[in-house]
Amino acid sequence: MFEVRIHGRGGQGVVTATEMLSVAAFEEGRHAQAFPSFGSERTGAPVVAFCRIDDKEIRLREPIMQPDALIIQDPTLLHQINVFAGLKPEGYVLLNTHHSFESIGLGDFAKTLRPERLCTLPATELGLKHVGRPIPNVPLLAGFAALSGIIRLESVIKAINEKFSGKVAEGNVNAATEAYALVKKEMEERAHA
Amino acid sequence: MLKQTEGSKAVAEAIALCRPEVICAYPISPQTHIVEALGEMVKSGELPKCEFINVESEFAAMSVAIGSSAAGARSYTATASQGLLFMVEAVYNASGLGLPIVMTVANRAIGAPINIWNDHSDSLSQRDSGWMQLFAETNQEAVDLHIQAFKLAEELSMPIMVCMDGFILTHAFERVDIPSQEQVDAYLPPFDPRQMLDPAEPISIGAMVGPEAFMEVKYLAHAKQLQALELIPQLAAEFKQTFGRDSGGLVRTYRADDAETMIVAMGSVLGTIKDVVDEMREQGHKVGVLGIISYRPFPLQQVREALVNCKRFLVLEKSLAVGMGGIVATDVRMAVRGTGLKGYTAIAGLGGRPIPKTSLHKLFLEAEQESLEPVTFVDLDWDAVNKQLERERQNRHSGPIAENMLHDKGMSTAAKFG
Amino acid sequence: MGFQTVKFYQTGTFTVGNRLLAPDERSVQAGEMRSNSISSGHRACQGCGEALGARYAIDAAMAESNGQLIAANATGCLEVFSTPYPESSWQVPWIHSLFGNAPAVATGIAAALKVKGKHDVRVVAQGGDGGTTDIGFGCLSGMFERNDDVLYICYDNEAYMNTGVQRSSATPPAARTATTMPVGNEPGNVFGQGKNLPEIAMAHGIPYVATATVADLRDLEYKVRKAMKIRGARYIQIFVPCPLGWGTASDATILMARLAKETGTFPVFEAEYGEVTGVLKIRNKLPVEEYLKPQKRFAHLFGKHAHPEMIARLQAIADRNIRKYGLLQDQES
Repeated sequence: MFEVRIHGRGGQGVVTATEMLSVAAFEEGRHAQAFPSFGSERTGAPVVAFCRIDDKEIRLREPIMQPDALIIQDPTLLHQINVFAGLKPEGYVLLNTHHSFESIGLGDFAKTLRPERLCTLPATELGLKHVGRPIPNVPLLAGFAALSGIIRLESVIKAINEKFSGKVAEGNVNAATEAYALVKKEMEERAHA
Repeated sequence: MLKQTEGSKAVAEAIALCRPEVICAYPISPQTHIVEALGEMVKSGELPKCEFINVESEFAAMSVAIGSSAAGARSYTATASQGLLFMVEAVYNASGLGLPIVMTVANRAIGAPINIWNDHSDSLSQRDSGWMQLFAETNQEAVDLHIQAFKLAEELSMPIMVCMDGFILTHAFERVDIPSQEQVDAYLPPFDPRQMLDPAEPISIGAMVGPEAFMEVKYLAHAKQLQALELIPQLAAEFKQTFGRDSGGLVRTYRADDAETMIVAMGSVLGTIKDVVDEMREQGHKVGVLGIISYRPFPLQQVREALVNCKRFLVLEKSLAVGMGGIVATDVRMAVRGTGLKGYTAIAGLGGRPIPKTSLHKLFLEAEQESLEPVTFVDLDWDAVNKQLERERQNRHSGPIAENMLHDKGMSTAAKFG
Repeated sequence: MGFQTVKFYQTGTFTVGNRLLAPDERSVQAGEMRSNSISSGHRACQGCGEALGARYAIDAAMAESNGQLIAANATGCLEVFSTPYPESSWQVPWIHSLFGNAPAVATGIAAALKVKGKHDVRVVAQGGDGGTTDIGFGCLSGMFERNDDVLYICYDNEAYMNTGVQRSSATPPAARTATTMPVGNEPGNVFGQGKNLPEIAMAHGIPYVATATVADLRDLEYKVRKAMKIRGARYIQIFVPCPLGWGTASDATILMARLAKETGTFPVFEAEYGEVTGVLKIRNKLPVEEYLKPQKRFAHLFGKHAHPEMIARLQAIADRNIRKYGLLQDQES
C-alpha cells in the first residue's frame, strides 16, 4: 500500500487533489481511498487530506500517520505545523515553491531523505498561468506522477477531465502537462549532475 | 457501474435508483453531500417524479416524511447527530405509525461539547425508537443497504435508518459499484402502502390509544422487528442473486472458524480491525471478527452462534452508555448469556478520535491475555482527565470542562492531522 | 365583503335563519348535502367552540373540494375528543402525528399528492392556538415560506385547554389560566407584546390570511371556501370560545364569539398577499366589559377587588384594533 498525505490551506483544493489522485489510481485499475481530515476548516486554515493506493481492497480507516509521500501545497505551512511528521525515510516530498529546499532552509532536513525523491515545483505559478487561478493542486498531482511514478500522467489527465470540463479542464491539462515535464526535467538533470 | 466516487455521492445515486417520491432535506454535517446531490438530481430532471423539499428543521424533515409516507409516497431523508436528536419526537412517531421511511444517518457524535466527527452515539440513542438500524462497513455496503432498506421497510411497513460513518465513509472517495436502474427495478417493486390517506377510502391514522390497546400496538412493533430477523437474510440473499454481491444480512464473520478471541464491532472500523486481525493471524494469534450489520433488530441468536465457540470476546464500540459502559456490548452479553464466555468492552473513537492499528494491536493482545479491565477506554488521555478531576477537587469554581481540557491539551489537537 | 347576500336583522338576534332561504342560498351547514366531516358522538365538552368551528370549516372545505380532502391534525382537544381509540369522528382521511408538526405533515401530504398527480385532492392542517402559535410555530412558518399548498386552520381558544387550561402565547392579558393565576398586583396573564399570528402569517406574504369566529357562520364558510379556491399556503384563525377554560356557560359560546368581535377584541378580517382586503364591521360597538364580565377567567377584574385600570388597558387594546383595522361601520378599512 502506498500512502500519500497532502497539506495545504482551505481553498487550495487539497481535498480535491486527494480525490483526483484516487480517481487517477482507479483509472489504472487500482484500489484507492481518499479522505479529508474531517475538519470544519475555513478558507486559509491548514487542511490535510489523505490518499491510499493499493492493488487490493483497502480496508484500513485510520488517518495516514506514516506517509510514503507528502505533497505540500503551501510552503508557509512549514513554519506552522510539522508537515513532515511520520514521513518514512524513503518517502517522497513534493513542495510547492519556486525555491529549492536549500534556499528555504530545508537543506539539512533534505539530506536525511533520498535526494531523488525530493522535488520543488512552482505549482501556484503554473495554476495562474494555465487556469488563471493560484490553485496549485493539479500541477502538483502531475508533478507527483513525474516524481514518484506511482501514477501516470494520462491518469491524472483522465481525472482532470472527470472533475472539470471545457476551458477549466483544458487549462488544468496544460498545467499538468507542463508540471510533469518540469519535474521530469529537474529529476533528469539532477540524475546527470 | 464501477466508479471511484465519494460515499455520499454514491449513496445519493443509490437513493435515486430507488425512485423516491418525496425527499426532505435539512443540512447537517456530515450528511449534506447526500441531500445536495439528490437536490441537484431532482432539479435537473435526472430523478423524475420526485418532490425535493428544503425544510426548516430536522423536526420538519421527519414530519414532512411522515405526511408524504402516509399519503403513499416513497419517502426519504438524511440526518446526523444533533439533527437526529432534534427530530426524535417525530422519529418515534414515524415508527409508531408504521410508516416505511428510509433515513440515512451519517453517524456523528452528540454534543456538548459540539463535535462534528464520527461516532455512533446518535443513532444508538434511538435504539428503542422502533426504527431498524443497519450499519454499513464500506461505501459499497452503504449503497447496497439503502436498496435493501426500502424493500425491507415497505415489506414490514416500518422505518429504517441506514447508518454510515460520518466523514470516514460519507466523505471518502473509494471504489463503488453502482447498480443499474434495471437491476434496482427488478429487486425493488413500487411502494404499495399498507395504509394510505385517500379520500376514496377515508381512514384515521394516529388516533389516541389508551391502556386497553397500547401494549398490543407496541408489541406489534417488536413483532415486526422479529420478522425482520427472518427477512433481512432473505433480502440479502435475493440481493446477491440480482446484484451478485454479498451485502447486508444480520452479521458477518471474518476468520472466525478457529478463533479463540473474537472482536465484535459495527461500521467502518471493521476494515481496520480486519487488517489488524490479518497481521495477528500471521503471528499465530487465533483472532476473528464478528461484524454486526443489523443493530436493530439485534440478532441475538446469530451473535451467540458466532461467539459460542470462542474463548473470549471484545466488543469495540464507538459509543458510551454514560454511567454504565458499553451500549452494543450490553446486547452482545445478552446474546451469550449462560455460556460463561469472558467478555470485554472497549470504547473507542468517540468524537472522531482516530482508531489506529497500533492501538488495536495492543488492545487485542490484552484481550487475548485476558488482562483487560471489563471496560477499556482506548487511547484515553488519563493525564488530562486526572488533571481536570484534581482541578475540580481543588476549586469549587473550576469552570467549563471542555474549555479546561482544551487548555490542558494546548489546543494543538485541532491543528494536527486526523 | 361581498359574501353576505342576505341580512337577517329581522330576527333581532343576528341568528342565521337558513331555513327561511331557498336551498341554493343556504349555508353549507344548513344544506342537505353537508358532508358531516366530523360526525356527532365525539367527546367534546358541551358547548365546545372548537368542535363547532372545525365542523363548519371542514364541511365548507369538503364542499369546495368536492369531497377531495385530507386533513392533518395537531395534538390537542380536537384530536383527542374526535379519535378515542377505536372510534373516529372523521369522515375524511385524517392523520394525527404530533403536537408541533401538523403544518409539516400537511406539507408532506401535499408533496405526495403533487408527485402522484392527484391535483384535485386538497390538504387542510389544523391545530389549536398552542399547537399553532407556540410549539408548531416553526413548522408553520416553514410551510408559509415555502408556500406549500396547504390551508392551515388555527382554532383559537386562547389557552392549552387539552392539558387543563394553561397559558399559551395566544392567551389575552389579564386572563386567568392554570399557569397565570389571579394573584398579586396584576392578576392573571401579563400584558405582554402579544403574538398576532394572522399578521405574522401576512408578513410571509402568503396568498390568503383570514380570521373568523364561530358567531358568523356565513363569514367563516365564505373564507374557507375562498381559501380552498386558492393554491399555496393559506391561514385561517377561527375564534372558538371554550366554556371550560373561560368559565362561560355552555350555551354562551356563540354569544362570546360575537362579543369578542363586537367589542373589537378579536378583529375579523381577510388579507391577500400581506394586505388587508376586507374586514367584518362591528354592527353594534360594545365596551369590553360586556365581553369580559360573563367569563370567570376575567372575574378578578370585577367585584370587590376590581381592577378597572386593567379593564381600561384591555379596552385600549380593543380600541387600537378598531382603529387599525377600521372595524366601525363608518370607518374606512
